Amino acid sequence: MARISLEHIRHAYSPRAQAAGDYALKEVHHDWEDGGAYALLGPSGCGKTTLLNIISGLLQPSDGRILFDGRDVTQLSTEERNIAQVFQFPVVYDTMTVFDNLAFPLRNRKVPEAEVEKRVNEILEMTDLAGMAKRRAQRLTADQKQKISLGRGLVRANVNAILFDEPLTVIDPHMKWVLRSQLKRLHRQSRFTMVYVTHDQTEALTFADKVVVMHDGQIVQIGTPAELFERPSHTFVGYFIGSPGMNFMPVAVEGKTARVGDQTITLDNAPALAGQGRIELGIRPEFIKLGREGMPVSVNKVEDIGRQKIVRATFCGQPLSIVLGEDDEIPTDAKVSFEKHAIGIFADSWRVKNQTAGQEG
Amino acid sequence: MEKTWNNKAWFLVLPVLVLVAFSAVIPLMTVVNYSVQDTFGNNEFFWAGTDWFTEILTSPRFWDALWRNLIFSAVILAIEVPLGILIALNMPKHGPGVPVCLVLMALPLLIPWNVVGTIWQVFGRVDIGLLGYFLNSLGISYNYTQNPAHAWATVIVMDVWHWTSLVVLLCYAGLVSIPDAYYQAARIDGASRWSVFRHIQLPKMKRVLLIAVLLRFMDSFMIYTEPFVVTGGGPGNSTTFLSIDLVKMAIGQFDLGPAAAMSIIYFLIILLLSWVFYTVMTQSDAEQN
Amino acid sequence: MLELRNVSKTVAGEYHIRPTDLTLKRGTLNVLLGPTLAGKTSLMRLMAGLDKPTEGSVFFDGADVTTVPVQKRNVAMVYQQFINYPALSVYENIASPMRIAGKDAATIDREVKKAAELLKLTPYLDRTPLNLSGGQQQRTALARAIVKNANLVLLDEPLANLDYKLREELREELPKIFAASGAIFVYATTEPSEALLLGGYTAALHEGAVTQFGRTVDVYRQPADLVTARIFADPPLNTIELVRDAHSFSLNGEPVIPVPTHLSSVAEGPLVLGFQPHHLFLRAANGHTTPLKARTLVSEIAGSESFVHLDFAGRRWVMLAHGIHDIEQDQTIEVHLDSRHLMAFDRTTGKALVAPPVAA
Repeated sequence: MARISLEHIRHAYSPRAQAAGDYALKEVHHDWEDGGAYALLGPSGCGKTTLLNIISGLLQPSDGRILFDGRDVTQLSTEERNIAQVFQFPVVYDTMTVFDNLAFPLRNRKVPEAEVEKRVNEILEMTDLAGMAKRRAQRLTADQKQKISLGRGLVRANVNAILFDEPLTVIDPHMKWVLRSQLKRLHRQSRFTMVYVTHDQTEALTFADKVVVMHDGQIVQIGTPAELFERPSHTFVGYFIGSPGMNFMPVAVEGKTARVGDQTITLDNAPALAGQGRIELGIRPEFIKLGREGMPVSVNKVEDIGRQKIVRATFCGQPLSIVLGEDDEIPTDAKVSFEKHAIGIFADSWRVKNQTAGQEG
Repeated sequence: MEKTWNNKAWFLVLPVLVLVAFSAVIPLMTVVNYSVQDTFGNNEFFWAGTDWFTEILTSPRFWDALWRNLIFSAVILAIEVPLGILIALNMPKHGPGVPVCLVLMALPLLIPWNVVGTIWQVFGRVDIGLLGYFLNSLGISYNYTQNPAHAWATVIVMDVWHWTSLVVLLCYAGLVSIPDAYYQAARIDGASRWSVFRHIQLPKMKRVLLIAVLLRFMDSFMIYTEPFVVTGGGPGNSTTFLSIDLVKMAIGQFDLGPAAAMSIIYFLIILLLSWVFYTVMTQSDAEQN
Repeated sequence: MLELRNVSKTVAGEYHIRPTDLTLKRGTLNVLLGPTLAGKTSLMRLMAGLDKPTEGSVFFDGADVTTVPVQKRNVAMVYQQFINYPALSVYENIASPMRIAGKDAATIDREVKKAAELLKLTPYLDRTPLNLSGGQQQRTALARAIVKNANLVLLDEPLANLDYKLREELREELPKIFAASGAIFVYATTEPSEALLLGGYTAALHEGAVTQFGRTVDVYRQPADLVTARIFADPPLNTIELVRDAHSFSLNGEPVIPVPTHLSSVAEGPLVLGFQPHHLFLRAANGHTTPLKARTLVSEIAGSESFVHLDFAGRRWVMLAHGIHDIEQDQTIEVHLDSRHLMAFDRTTGKALVAPPVAA
C-alpha cells in the first residue's frame, strides 16, 4: 500500500515527439493517496491504459518521474515495484489447477505454504471458485478464467497497489454486480491502493472514491462520483458521464440572465466570463422537469427503458433529453423547467466559475 | 436431409481418391504381393507364404540396422528438440531482426537433401574439407570414412544442421501466438524465467511441438539420402540404417521378396512408433484436463 | 415471416437448443436476451441456416427452408468482432455484397452513399477499416449488412466490443436504421438495458430454452416465470421465499409484507416473491410501501443514483436509490418496498402466479 505520485509524466510512443499532439499521454502531475480507490475513465485511445502501464512499470514514460511513498521507482521494473495487475482478457496458467494458479504469485515470493493455503482459500471463497479449486484451469469458461485472474491480483497481502485494466469486460452482467461489490467491500476492508481502468461509467463510478476522467491524452477532471455528476468541469465529462449525457445548448449570458433561443433563464449566480468564444449551457436530463408549467418544448419520442423513461424532445431548435421515473406521466402540451442549481455555464468547453463566490458553479 | 447437403462433396474428392489409389494403394499392394512370393525373374512367381518375414525377423542384419536407426532417431530428437526450443526462445519477437532470423532459419530447409549430403561429404574430407582439415590440423585424427564414431558424429551433426530449423520455426510460430499480457502477468506474479517457460511457453508450444517431434521422428527413421551420399552406409555397416539396408537388398542384391517383406515390417514399425508418440503426447494433454 | 417449428439442436446427446417454437414477423426487431452460453448464438445459427436443426423445421414466408444452405438464403450477419475486408476501402466493403449480387455501378454507388449517410460513414469511405475506430469499423459491418437488403439480419452482440458511450449512440440509432428496412432483425445481447432501449420484441433465453417471447416491455413487466424475471433484471432481481397466509406474506410465521391488491388472488401457501431493485426506497415515498429492516453490505454510487447492497434475512438484495447515499457497512437500516410492483412465483415450477398490472 503506497501513495503514488506522478510528477510531470508525459508519454509518446514515437521517440521523435515534438508537438503536444504527438503525446499519447499529455502532462500528468498528480498525487494518488495511499489506500484510495481510483478509476481512470475515458473512451478507447484516451491514454488511460498508457497511464496504467506507466504506473505498473510495463512502460517507461518519455518524461517525468513516478514515486511510491516518496521513493523514485521510475527506473524500477514491474517486479521490483511490487504491484499486482489484472488484465482485460483472462491470463491463466493452463497447466496448473485453479488453486495453484492463485498460489503462484505467493509461491514465487517464497511465502510459507500455510499462509499460501489461508490466502488462497479466502480468495477462492470470495470469487466463488471454491468448488473447482482442484480443477485444471484450461477448460474453464472465460468468466471463470477471469475470476482466476482477478483472484491472482488480490491474493498478495503486501502489494503497493492493485491495478485493474478493464477487468470485467468478459464477465456476464449479473456476475459483474457480484464481483464489483465484492471488490468494493474488499477495498474497504484491506485499504489497498487500487487503480481501475474502464470505459464503463457505471463501473468507474461505483468502484472508485475518486474518478479520473481522461480525454484525448489528458486528465479533464478528477472528482468524486457525485462531483462529476453534479458539477462536471468540462463538457466532455458532462457528455461521457450519465446516460443519456448532459444536454448542451448555445447560450448568450449577460449577468445572471441566460438566453437560449427566444427563452430567458435566470441563473442563481452570474458566471465570470472573460470574453471566451463558445458559450454553452449544460443541464443534465435528470434535472429537467416536464410538466404543465415552464418553457415550451416539443416531445419527439418517449423511450420506455423499464425503470425510467427517456423523453427525446426539441427545445429552441436544440435536441433535449429528459429522464422521467417509471410511473411518471407525460402531459400533453408539455413544458419544461430547469433546476437552477444544476445549470452549468461552459466557455470553450470548460466550466465557468461564478463571479461573486469565486467558486465553480 | 444429409443427402442434399453432402452428395456433391464425394465428386469433389474423387480426383484425390484416384490419385491416392495410384500413388499409394496400388504400389503398396504390389509390395504385399512380392512379400509373399518368390521370383527368379521372367515373371515367374512361387508362393512363399511368410517365409520372407521369418527370414527378415530372424536375421541379425535387420536387427542391427533397426537398432542403429532407433538410436539415431533418439539422438536426433534429444538434440534437435531442446536445441530448437532454445533457439526459438532466443529469436526476436519484434523488429527488423525477425525476417533476418526467419530467412537464416529457413535456409537449410531449402537445400535439396542430396546437396546437403554432398556439402558435408566435402566439408568433412581430410584432404580438402574445411572441417576435416581443420580438425586434423588441431591434432584430432578425424576421418569419417574409417572411424565409425566419426561417421556417426558427422551424420548426426549434418542432420542437426539440416533439420533443427524446422523445430525452431514450428516452436517460434507457437511462441509468437502468446499474447503479451501473459508475459506481463507473469512478470507481475514474480515468475522466474523457468516458470514462464514451464507454465506459459511450453503449454502454448505443445501442439506444434507434437507435430515437430512426429515429423522429425518419421523423417529421421526413414533417413536415406544424406548418409548414403556421405558415408554410403560405412565404414563397414556402421551407418547402414534400415533404408540403406533395404535399398542394398532390393537393388544391390535384387532380393525382391525379402526386401518387400522388410518394407512392410519397416512401414509397420514407423506406423506403430508414430502412433505411440502421438497417443503418449496427446494423452498427457488430456490427463491435464 | 420466419418460423421455427419445434426446432431443437443436440450436440453429442446434449441439448444446445431445446425444442422451440418461435415466429418472427417482417419489419420487426427481435432481441434474444440471455447470459453467455444461454444459446443465443446457437439459435441464430439455426435461423441463418449455418446449422441444421436436429429436429423440427424452419419456414420462411411459409416455405420450408430447413435444408436450404445459408448461401441460398438471403441472410446478413454482424458479429461481435468487427469483421471487414481489411484490404478494401470502406466504400468497397459496403459495396461488396452488391458486387457479388452483380448490381450495376450506379445502383451500387447510390446504395453505398445512402448507407454511409445513415451510419455516419460518409467522411471515411476512402479509408481502409484498420484506420478506423472500433465504432466506425462496426458501422461499416452494419452498413454492409443493410445494403445486402437481406430478409433476415442477425446481429450477435454487435456492440459488445465497443466503448460504453459509442454503444449508447449506436443503440439509439439502430432502431431507426432497422425501421427503415423491411427485414426481420434478430439482435442478441446479454444486457437487459440494451433490450429495453432497442424495444421491439424480446425472447428470453435460459440454458437453450426460450422462456418467454413477447413485446420487450411486456416481457420486462410481466415475466412468465422467475427465470425470465432474473434474466431481465439489471441490477439483479431481489427475491425471497415466503408463505402467503390470510393477510400477508410471512417468514417463519411472522408477517413481512401485507398482500397487495394485485396479488390478492394468490392461493395461500409457500411462494417466491421477486421485485426490481428500484422498487426499494430509503424513504416511504408513497402510500404503497412496506418498511423492512435490512443490513447494509456495501453501497456503490453511480452519479445520480446509488446501489445499496443489502442482506435481508440471509438474502442478498440490491436497492437502487435516487441520489447519493454512502451508507456505512454492516448497519441495520429501514428500507421501503413498493408492493405494487411485487411479482409472485410458484416455489417449485417458478411460474408466475399473477402478472403485475401494466404501468400506464
